[in-house]
Amino acid sequence: MKTVLSRRRLAAAGLAAVTLATTATACSSSSSGTGSTGSAASGTYTIWDPYPQYDNSSAWVQLLTKCGTSAGVTVKRTGFDTTDLTSKVLLAAQQGKAPDVLIVDNPVVSTLAEAGVLTDTSATKVDTSAIEPNLLAAGQLNGKTYGTPIGANTLALYYNKNVLQAAGVDPASVKDWASLNTALAKIKAAGKKGISISAIGTEEGSFQFLPWFWGSGANLTNLSSPQAVDALTLWTTWIKDGYAPNAALQDTQTTSWQEFATGQVGFAENGTWQLSNAKKAGFPYGIIPIPAKNGGTAPAPTGGEFVTVPVQGDTARYATSEKLVACLSSADNAYTTDTALGYIGATQAVQQKQSTDSDLVPWIQAVQAAKGRTSDNLGTKYPKISQPLWTAVQAALSGSASPSGALQTAQNSAASAK
Amino acid sequence: MNDTTQTAPSSVRGRGGARGTSAPPAARTARPGRGPRRHSIRTSQWAAWGFLTPVTAYLAVFYAYPMYKNLDLSLRDYTVMSFVHGGAPFAGLGNYTTVIHDPTFAPALAHTLIFTGASLFFQYTLGLGLALFFHQHFRLSATLRALFLVPWLLPLIVSASTWSWMLNSDSGVVNYALHLAGITPVDWLTSPHWSLISVILANIWIGIPFNLVLLYSGLQSIPAGLYEAAALDGAGAWQRFSRITFPLLRPVSAITLLLGLIYTLKVFDIIWIMTRGGPVDSSTTFATWSYRLGFGNLLPAFGPGAAVGNLLVIIALLFGLIYIRTQRTTPAA
Repeated sequence: MKTVLSRRRLAAAGLAAVTLATTATACSSSSSGTGSTGSAASGTYTIWDPYPQYDNSSAWVQLLTKCGTSAGVTVKRTGFDTTDLTSKVLLAAQQGKAPDVLIVDNPVVSTLAEAGVLTDTSATKVDTSAIEPNLLAAGQLNGKTYGTPIGANTLALYYNKNVLQAAGVDPASVKDWASLNTALAKIKAAGKKGISISAIGTEEGSFQFLPWFWGSGANLTNLSSPQAVDALTLWTTWIKDGYAPNAALQDTQTTSWQEFATGQVGFAENGTWQLSNAKKAGFPYGIIPIPAKNGGTAPAPTGGEFVTVPVQGDTARYATSEKLVACLSSADNAYTTDTALGYIGATQAVQQKQSTDSDLVPWIQAVQAAKGRTSDNLGTKYPKISQPLWTAVQAALSGSASPSGALQTAQNSAASAK
Repeated sequence: MNDTTQTAPSSVRGRGGARGTSAPPAARTARPGRGPRRHSIRTSQWAAWGFLTPVTAYLAVFYAYPMYKNLDLSLRDYTVMSFVHGGAPFAGLGNYTTVIHDPTFAPALAHTLIFTGASLFFQYTLGLGLALFFHQHFRLSATLRALFLVPWLLPLIVSASTWSWMLNSDSGVVNYALHLAGITPVDWLTSPHWSLISVILANIWIGIPFNLVLLYSGLQSIPAGLYEAAALDGAGAWQRFSRITFPLLRPVSAITLLLGLIYTLKVFDIIWIMTRGGPVDSSTTFATWSYRLGFGNLLPAFGPGAAVGNLLVIIALLFGLIYIRTQRTTPAA
């Protein structure tokens, strides 16, 4: 009986051990059934988007249905969490079940394009001529365009008027890094936190750091340049001098916003998408663009999704997919969608319509100055640069390395990743 | 009950039929009887296979196949292109050498061992202490014991987020308490010196109930008579613990520790939610590293990610085998 028992235990132990391995692969078996495409004849077209917060009664889903109806097909829409979407799409494409239209975060476009998952616009005849070139660049690789932005958002500095007033800071005086530091010092002297940022060890951390990185004149192809060191030193002193909360190292952009929303923080580096929350924050706020080191507006990274058309076995489907994409990105619909999603339009026409709202004006300016992370033909090199970059930010801010040492390590590992 | 007593002997006899001890009388009385008996052998074997099939199929689909895929993933050089369109070249142990030469490997291995070792030690000792405490059946002991299960019942996302808020550098309640006590606040989650300790603390708290429940049930199976006899012989409290409780609890302790080990090795959620394995690699274990390689980046590195996952499986199996070995060598308890 003893041995039988222990054998059973061995089996149990073995099984438990095996489950370790299955955690990684389990995802691959679970997603196969979701949102399979029917044949062209059935007239059902699938659309995947990263907006799970919108249900069937929302304006967004109703727009999708309307676009389907005018293209003469039924639309089957599935919303995914944005962090899940990349692996879901890769797995679906592996099994030949990619959706007809895919709306996906812009830095992922080049990854999916390199995976051969996306068609380029020469095959689908999607018209991208009206799109602002700085926004379209994130979806371009080796001279081909792999989608069209549905809208864009980016980062700027929100400020709390009450805090700034109490500290005697005029927001208009913040024009470069030196004047910003002066303002932060005054806010700290008045007993409040200077600025909330997110320096978390994920893509969000790189996203937040990039305006300062680019604003210093640094380039993603050289992470250890003196300009890059300047940018990281700026952030490091913020943490060291108590201008920014130490928790920035673990804050997502949502939690860093929550710190700003307590009313105890002067500035917040955050995105267009917080505008509706800012209106609810209960204190007067303002928005200024992120200053570059020596004045002027720093290029902030563009956020926002691209509408793409994944590769299908049946190429006859592209004609209808193109109609759906055209419908979604037509000026009127794009305006409705961008308003619903809190985005700035990707075309001049939409931006002009939006400029009647004074709240959006600073954001339109910020988006016009913005830059795609995968632009400059970085494409899938970007992820291999971004991870060392956010690691360097974490290393310097936590004090485990000096800014220049951390960036040297980052440059070495980015260079060795090819 | 009658049915089973009738069929069971026939099948037993059928199996032992080769010896022929009981076959002759049956053969003498009715020669055609051989037919049905052979038939019954077959049906019982079919029935056995029938019972085996569901579990075998389940294991094959949900354990063997994913395991095989993971192994395959770790032995090939996958890019996003070859992941989708197939044709990833066989890389042998290439992914494993990449992983082992990665600067993250040494710290991740050390953190995995420290995290597992420290968690197990404290979970077990505190769990045993509490089990002994509750074994005394005082008033409200059942209620209190039930309350101790709360950490186990909470979803990990809830407990890990709560820990993360409590340990927040600027607004966490722990630093507030330290401040009130006049101690310099600690950057629990954002300092490379503290982040590993913080996640270990949270994990110990979550693991205590598991140890408490198993060890408590182990204590219940120790006959009270032994303690009475020991008390008559003049054994003190410590002697009763070290001579009776601890040795008799050994089988339960061993399985508790083994299961705890396997759970702890693969802990991912707590660390990921609290620190994302950071800052830098200061709280990265194999489990979080594997996830980060496979899913934590815009450009997934499936091969190395799978390789790290497999290394974890090997470690877990190794300890499973050690467990079997100790079970064999210790005299039957």
